[in-house]
Amino acid sequence: MKKIVSMSALLMLFSFAGASMPALADAADIVIDGAWARASIGMNRPGAAYMTIRNTGTEPVTLIGLSTPLAMMPAIHETRTSTEGVSSMTPTDEIAIAPGESVALEPGGLHAMLMQLQEPMTEGETFPLTLVFEDGVEATVEVPILGFAARGPED
Amino acid sequence: MKRTRFLGYGTAAVAAVGMMLFVGWWQVDGPGAPEPMGQRPIPLTEMAFSLTDHEGNAVGPEALLGSPTMAFFGFTYCPDVCPTTLSDISDWLDALGNEADPLNVIFITVDPERDTVAAMAEYVSYFHPAIRGWTGPEEQIARAAEGFRAVFERVPTDSGDYTMNHTASVFLFNAEGQFVTTIDYHEAREFALPKIRRALQQEMEETT
Ligand SMILES: [Cu+2]
Repeated sequence: MKKIVSMSALLMLFSFAGASMPALADAADIVIDGAWARASIGMNRPGAAYMTIRNTGTEPVTLIGLSTPLAMMPAIHETRTSTEGVSSMTPTDEIAIAPGESVALEPGGLHAMLMQLQEPMTEGETFPLTLVFEDGVEATVEVPILGFAARGPED
Repeated sequence: MKRTRFLGYGTAAVAAVGMMLFVGWWQVDGPGAPEPMGQRPIPLTEMAFSLTDHEGNAVGPEALLGSPTMAFFGFTYCPDVCPTTLSDISDWLDALGNEADPLNVIFITVDPERDTVAAMAEYVSYFHPAIRGWTGPEEQIARAAEGFRAVFERVPTDSGDYTMNHTASVFLFNAEGQFVTTIDYHEAREFALPKIRRALQQEMEETT
């Protein structure tokens, strides 16, 4: 519990720092489309969430982290599949998005990995996921939880 | 005279280059190529391993003979690739309808420590009912993977847990247990369905 409190305090600090620097990118410039996640079996297994993040502003933005009350350890991960067909998953430090560009978090590529779930992910519910950018800019999206075998935001 | 000699050299040079190219092809892509890392799975008839399906039945490669087989390695703590592939497989099976009835569809875990029979039973229940989950002792899973020429590796994560790197291709075998082809990770339905039909047809050819 203590960990959550200190983390949100830190995030508030970040937001404050961002607000005091008007020249930098603005949360209004970050548009998140098609967010979705699969339902989980209980809380032991990690979940994953997907979405497209667009930078509609004139300044580059860099995604540096995630926060959500749903998971103690949310992180951006990337799945890679080698030419031999072997899949592996590694944490991604940061993702830079140029002005006018977008980044897709989708199955088999980048994903928001939700480790140490605090509650099961139930189909039909939603959870807030905050994307934390460099310079303290934050964007929060309400992620719908789809079926366990969902393949995309339309499922 | 000069010209013909020049031509002669030219021809020899072309022939030499041609020969080098041929030798190069032979060694790199041709029949002389060494077996690549991701080589073909051996026939199911030559595999030997014993596992348990998600209903507690003893199973092995011999249980698959007589019907074509689609097999995939993964683990239930896999948040991305495995649910995506099992959803893809479910989608292909739905698209094939009754045509897919003879097909054995198996999901073999590479993480037996967490994927008990009960865990596999719960996990496969969320996908197409034809999908069977197989688990068992790690050395038996290693023997199965070896036969399929699949690899898996345990990797620690920042959260203190571990994840598994693993071959994510879907393997297809005909009813005789001969390897037919693989479907790559997240391959589009229009490419996947003809491959599955090939494995199914090879069965029909034998029975008719
Ligand atoms: Cu991940």
